[in-house]
Amino acid sequence: MLRRRLNRLFGGDEGRVHSRTIYVGHKSCPPNEAYIPPKFCDNRIVSSKYTVWNFLPKNLFEQFRRIANFYFLIIFLVQVIVDTPTSPVTSGLPLFFVITVTAVKQGYEDWLRHKADREVNEYRVSVLEDGRRIRKMSAKIKVGDIVEVEEDETFPCDLILLQSSRDDGTCFVTTASLDGESNHKTHYTVADLESDLQYLSATIECEQPQPDLYKFVGRMHIYRNSQEPDVRSLGPENLLLKGANLKNTQKICGVAVYTGMETKMALNYQGKSQKRSAVEKSINAFLLVYLFILVSKALVCTTLKYVWQSKHDETWYNEKTQKEKETNQYLKMFTDFLSFMVLFNFIIPVSMYVTVEMQKFLGSFFITWDKDFFDPEIQEGALVNTSDLNEELGQVEYIFTDKTGTLTQNNMEFIECCIDGFQYKHGDGSSELDGFCVTDGPVNKIQQKAGREREELFLRALCLCHTVQVKESTKQRQDQNDQFDQIDQVDGLGLDHGFLDPPQKEMGFIASSPDEIALVKGAMRYGFTFLGLESKNMKILNRNKDVETYELLHVLNFDPVRRRMSVMVRSKTGDILLFCKGADSSIFPQVRQEEVERIRMHVERNATEGYRTLCVAYKHLSAQEYARADADLREARLALQDREEKLMAVYNRVETDMILIGATAVEDQLQDEAAQTMEALQGAGMKVWVLTGDKMETAKSTCYACGLFKKNTELLELTLRTLEDGGRSREERLHDLLLEYHKKAVQDAPPVKLGITRSWSVAGHDYGFIIDGASLSMVLSSSSEPNSRRYKNLFLQICQNCTSVLCCRMAPLQKAQIVKLVKNSKGNPITLSIGDGANDVSMILEAHVGIGIKGKEGRQAVKNSDYAIPKLKHLKKLLLAHGHLYYVRIAHLVQYFFYKNLCFILPQFLYQFFCGYSQQPLYDAAYLTMYNICFTSMPILAYSLLEQHICIEVLLEHSTLYRDIAKNAMLRWKLFLYWTALGIFHGLVFFFGVRFLFSNPALQDNGQVFGNWSYGTIVFTVLVFTVTLKLALDTRHWTWINHFVIWGSLAFYVFFSFFWGGIIWPFLKHQRLYFVFANMLSSVSAWLVIILLILLSLLPEILLVVLRKPRGPHARQMKHRLPSSGTSTIFMLSQTASTHSFSWSD
Amino acid sequence: MMASSYKDEDGHITVSGSGAAAGGGGGSLRSKKPENTAFKQQRLPAWQPILTAGTVLPAFFIIGLMFIPIGIGLYVTSNNIKEFEVDYTGVEMSSPCFTCSQNFSWNSTKPCTCSVPFHLDQPYESNVFMYYGLSNFYQNHRRYVKSRDDSQLNGNEESLRKPSKECEPYAKSNNKPIAPCGAIANSMFNDSLELIYIDPNGTKVQIPLTATGIAWWTDKHVKFRNPGAENTNLTVVFQGTTRPVNWRRPVFQLDSDPDNNGFINEDFIVWMRTAALPTFRKLYRIIQRRSNVHPTLPRGNYTLEVVYNYPVRSFEGRKRMILSTISWMGGKNPFLGIAYVSVGSVCFLLGVLLLIIHHKYGNRNNAAEISH
Repeated sequence: MLRRRLNRLFGGDEGRVHSRTIYVGHKSCPPNEAYIPPKFCDNRIVSSKYTVWNFLPKNLFEQFRRIANFYFLIIFLVQVIVDTPTSPVTSGLPLFFVITVTAVKQGYEDWLRHKADREVNEYRVSVLEDGRRIRKMSAKIKVGDIVEVEEDETFPCDLILLQSSRDDGTCFVTTASLDGESNHKTHYTVADLESDLQYLSATIECEQPQPDLYKFVGRMHIYRNSQEPDVRSLGPENLLLKGANLKNTQKICGVAVYTGMETKMALNYQGKSQKRSAVEKSINAFLLVYLFILVSKALVCTTLKYVWQSKHDETWYNEKTQKEKETNQYLKMFTDFLSFMVLFNFIIPVSMYVTVEMQKFLGSFFITWDKDFFDPEIQEGALVNTSDLNEELGQVEYIFTDKTGTLTQNNMEFIECCIDGFQYKHGDGSSELDGFCVTDGPVNKIQQKAGREREELFLRALCLCHTVQVKESTKQRQDQNDQFDQIDQVDGLGLDHGFLDPPQKEMGFIASSPDEIALVKGAMRYGFTFLGLESKNMKILNRNKDVETYELLHVLNFDPVRRRMSVMVRSKTGDILLFCKGADSSIFPQVRQEEVERIRMHVERNATEGYRTLCVAYKHLSAQEYARADADLREARLALQDREEKLMAVYNRVETDMILIGATAVEDQLQDEAAQTMEALQGAGMKVWVLTGDKMETAKSTCYACGLFKKNTELLELTLRTLEDGGRSREERLHDLLLEYHKKAVQDAPPVKLGITRSWSVAGHDYGFIIDGASLSMVLSSSSEPNSRRYKNLFLQICQNCTSVLCCRMAPLQKAQIVKLVKNSKGNPITLSIGDGANDVSMILEAHVGIGIKGKEGRQAVKNSDYAIPKLKHLKKLLLAHGHLYYVRIAHLVQYFFYKNLCFILPQFLYQFFCGYSQQPLYDAAYLTMYNICFTSMPILAYSLLEQHICIEVLLEHSTLYRDIAKNAMLRWKLFLYWTALGIFHGLVFFFGVRFLFSNPALQDNGQVFGNWSYGTIVFTVLVFTVTLKLALDTRHWTWINHFVIWGSLAFYVFFSFFWGGIIWPFLKHQRLYFVFANMLSSVSAWLVIILLILLSLLPEILLVVLRKPRGPHARQMKHRLPSSGTSTIFMLSQTASTHSFSWSD
Repeated sequence: MMASSYKDEDGHITVSGSGAAAGGGGGSLRSKKPENTAFKQQRLPAWQPILTAGTVLPAFFIIGLMFIPIGIGLYVTSNNIKEFEVDYTGVEMSSPCFTCSQNFSWNSTKPCTCSVPFHLDQPYESNVFMYYGLSNFYQNHRRYVKSRDDSQLNGNEESLRKPSKECEPYAKSNNKPIAPCGAIANSMFNDSLELIYIDPNGTKVQIPLTATGIAWWTDKHVKFRNPGAENTNLTVVFQGTTRPVNWRRPVFQLDSDPDNNGFINEDFIVWMRTAALPTFRKLYRIIQRRSNVHPTLPRGNYTLEVVYNYPVRSFEGRKRMILSTISWMGGKNPFLGIAYVSVGSVCFLLGVLLLIIHHKYGNRNNAAEISH
């Protein structure tokens, strides 16, 4: 936290200097100016935290910064300094153990890091210096060095690509180790550079290091023959990141711009904020209670001690030492208080933290190990990024899910298109000559087609307007065997377009979004094949098997705000064309209005069928128009500040007044078992919100298909469409709608309306709420402050009363806003976000639990998530089975730990009343130390790893079981009080049972008597057996491990006691327990009292189990009979996503 | 916490992995299929006990049926134990030891004696155990409990000369080490008690008391040992040490029997085992049964001859002499019997109660259990 804040301060400091200047090759530029070598950090990567020298102090400091460790350290120090009843060993040993184990673990990890660092830093790289090639250690690279990298090597620092061995000035890289995306990405050299870098004299001005991998703004000044310097803009496409690998390119040269810890990779590895689970908060609350108990116990004892001492003056047989007599009375009282604290401090056991962490750490392996999470397609299973949140998986109340790639497969398939208002669907066995068949169209123009020109224009647009690359392997082969390839293509693009030749099918495309590939493939089916991009020329093969070449002038990249992208190309004939594709809402305002209506109909119909739609438009640019646009774009690209905004403005200026040519529909299939998963999650009491950037109609139909909206769900819409109804201002309308919906969904909710077809739905009347991004931002940022808060509240209340909520047209940040809104609402519900793409990262980070889907959109979501699963369907088992079990396990673990330490320490407290409040411990030091470490720790650890109070199959089958543990049910105060009461009861039984037995300490058949250590040992024996057997009673799932550990612990206790008491230990000052245990076992009375007390302690527990049992499963049985009948219908629905016929059997 | 560092590790391995081709993006690119073992899939064969009224009911009855007889047996056994107690503190004016208790002084050279008469109503048949009991004596006070040096008592010569700090303020006296040191040893009970039977015809018969076998065997033979080699003269061994300040005799004069002298004196060992509660008893002597014909202690009048050395009035303590027979369960203590009978009956009653409940509502439960 501190470090982060410091960083921010630091960052702010650096921010004053907005850019850095780099002298390429360390040459002064312009040559006559004096060259002052700027100071930058070297290229040493230091990921290790410690060195040999600072390991001990630094590691200890970090460990003792944790409040628990610090507490135990204080206790230990008190024991060392003050004359306390227990030796410092009793708390020092466990603390030492914990600290050592952690230190060794961290030391080992750091050693690994050192090793890796060394490997990276000592890696040899080639650096060009004055025309010579010098081998250098990677760590020695300085900013401004020209570095040469060969194929398959890793870039040693962030480089600006100057030269590539490829002719077209490109190189390919993979960034698998940075963001996990394994596809090849193209990077470009800076245009028009000297071929011999030795003579290059240039400076680079670029922004200060920042962690965003996809952003880079810079400018290069090239000095030639004392002319005005040439200026080139540098963007992320020129920057090669440290950590990426060079592929398919023999070698490149680049100049180092960021080195060492300033590289984007290093900047990206700063830990994300740590999430804390609700259970941890409960633990802390309970700890406070126990701390209070501890302090009050110590206070009571200290007070009573002085009251007692006032009556019982110092006796002749037990005089104080000289030192005690001399000590100041108040100081004495204080040290007495501390002594009592030490005596009772075992109530807060150091081992609980260790056990909880071990449980979490080891427990999380079960998720990685689960073969049900293994996806054969990607050959991967689940991934656990943090084990802190295992139990949180069992507490989820709200699920925020992305649509594309999460609910749907993100496996796009081109379904149909619409050109000039005529629908074209790809027919399988169509008799149409060119593969088109018109299946539908405006009513009055049935079976008509658009003009051929328009068709071809549309298809060319599809072929050109994208950023797709052709996969290298295919391309190389094409280059090599041009002739053979031609034949291939002729074959492949024969007249029968319904049939594609295998080699063509293999043709691989790489793109950032699967939509684009689907579109390019769709165009291919209709006869236009994109052959690839070669040195700024896009080649397409048209229907007549001619290769058309277009010069790519500019790509106006896609961004989620504009929601469209365009390309500018120059055709052979010299025409300059702009092709634009994008979401309908972003295209329609930018085109001439006359075409819109015809196409809008299609788009909307497609959207309701659940397809993703894109509109395509084009525009002829005159030479002047182009010149202006070109200049503007170049200028904007060179800007160092606000480049994004400037570019956006230019884009918007250029993309106007276009002509709409058509629309496409791409189908995104639902994920496997999406509907069942959603059904199960809703059955488990979770509310599912869909947050998507997609358009409303598409998202809505996906929701229907997933069963989130049902036939009888009444949809409450708060979108731009509803807001613009009624002809009033949006603000007013928003106000009215919110109030109306609130009335409907919140105030009138309980009385179920009659007349509506009754369904099995338990909730009565279902509401679904739909809101879009624009309306949401109105709700969240209303003009006036009080209004805004009120709207927020209304909005939340409506949403929380709806079974499902759909938020469409969301920007990534809005997704996070919604999550935050719900997270901070009343009751602080536990939220879970699930998504697969970079646009979901913000909500994944925001929610209590973030789940990443290992989808097609890279690894960003997975990297930032807490858990990653291959498919949506795995969420069901993750939450319903794993989450439920983890929660039950850890909740029981926590309660049990507090319980067992309460009944451990309570007899010791009670004993103070019988020993003159002299802090005499009841148990021997060995028992005090070992109780939590050895005797009672393993059974609960085994329980908390293996317990399945309900077996996994049942949990999966009956999702309603999840509701039983909702809202932290097992760690509520009521249950905590129950456990505390149980602990107190047990403590009382143990102590007083033995107390009454000791009213006559002659317990052996030879008349010999027992002393105080025998007393303690009997109590302790009863204690160990009772708490272990109590756990045995709670265990519902006895594997051999449980048997081994429970009975093993008891056996170990007996064995240890014999051993400990069987030897005169030379290093001990007192031989208190010598043969105490053996003598105890020789007494029949001791046996009898042990058995009696164990039984008496467990009796209420057994009784409660028996009495509680009848209610449990019986009630449950009734509940989940009903919903299961609906499942099959939903299953059918999910298969036929495009129909709306919800035929519910009544 | 630990888990957070685990996360740390993940991140860092990724850093290193990027440089060294090996890491391959940390754990994220793991492509191994999870092993299909029972443990990893959480499918270990398990016994899943369900505690229902049906399974627990018999247990309740069995416990009830077992505990009640055991309890009755214990109670009867305890009741059969004969115990006689006489308080000889001498607080009341009428008490024979009143003078001794009043005139007590540590410095008096002449021991004060008193005899307390008592009457046994019934004969004591088997071995009789003679205890002394102290009340309001905090032998379990922390400062007291730790005030001993076990290594000295174990015969360590070094500790004999240099007693442990724990013994303060009873570690040294007149610059000489105290043997045995510490508050426990210093306050050793030193009243001597004699039992005299007064025959119906008036003759006084001294009851023979055995002073051995009163301490734990392991204490006597292992834990406590005299310094120096076996059978050496204790006087020589203990030279250079001094007796505890409140003792009248040095430690090597506790008994004439060399096997019961010095640190291995059984009275001493018994005293050194600190009592658990402020009211306690300790075994003093055993009266062995001599013949099968005569009872060990016949019915009749006795006197307890006390050499009154031990002051308890200063802390309002009491001294008792207890005569008790012993059973297999130890001394007289009705607690166990009563506890067993009550727990047994509670179990039994609960069993009956559960049976009724089970009978009334049980059918439905069973149905649910089967369908589950």
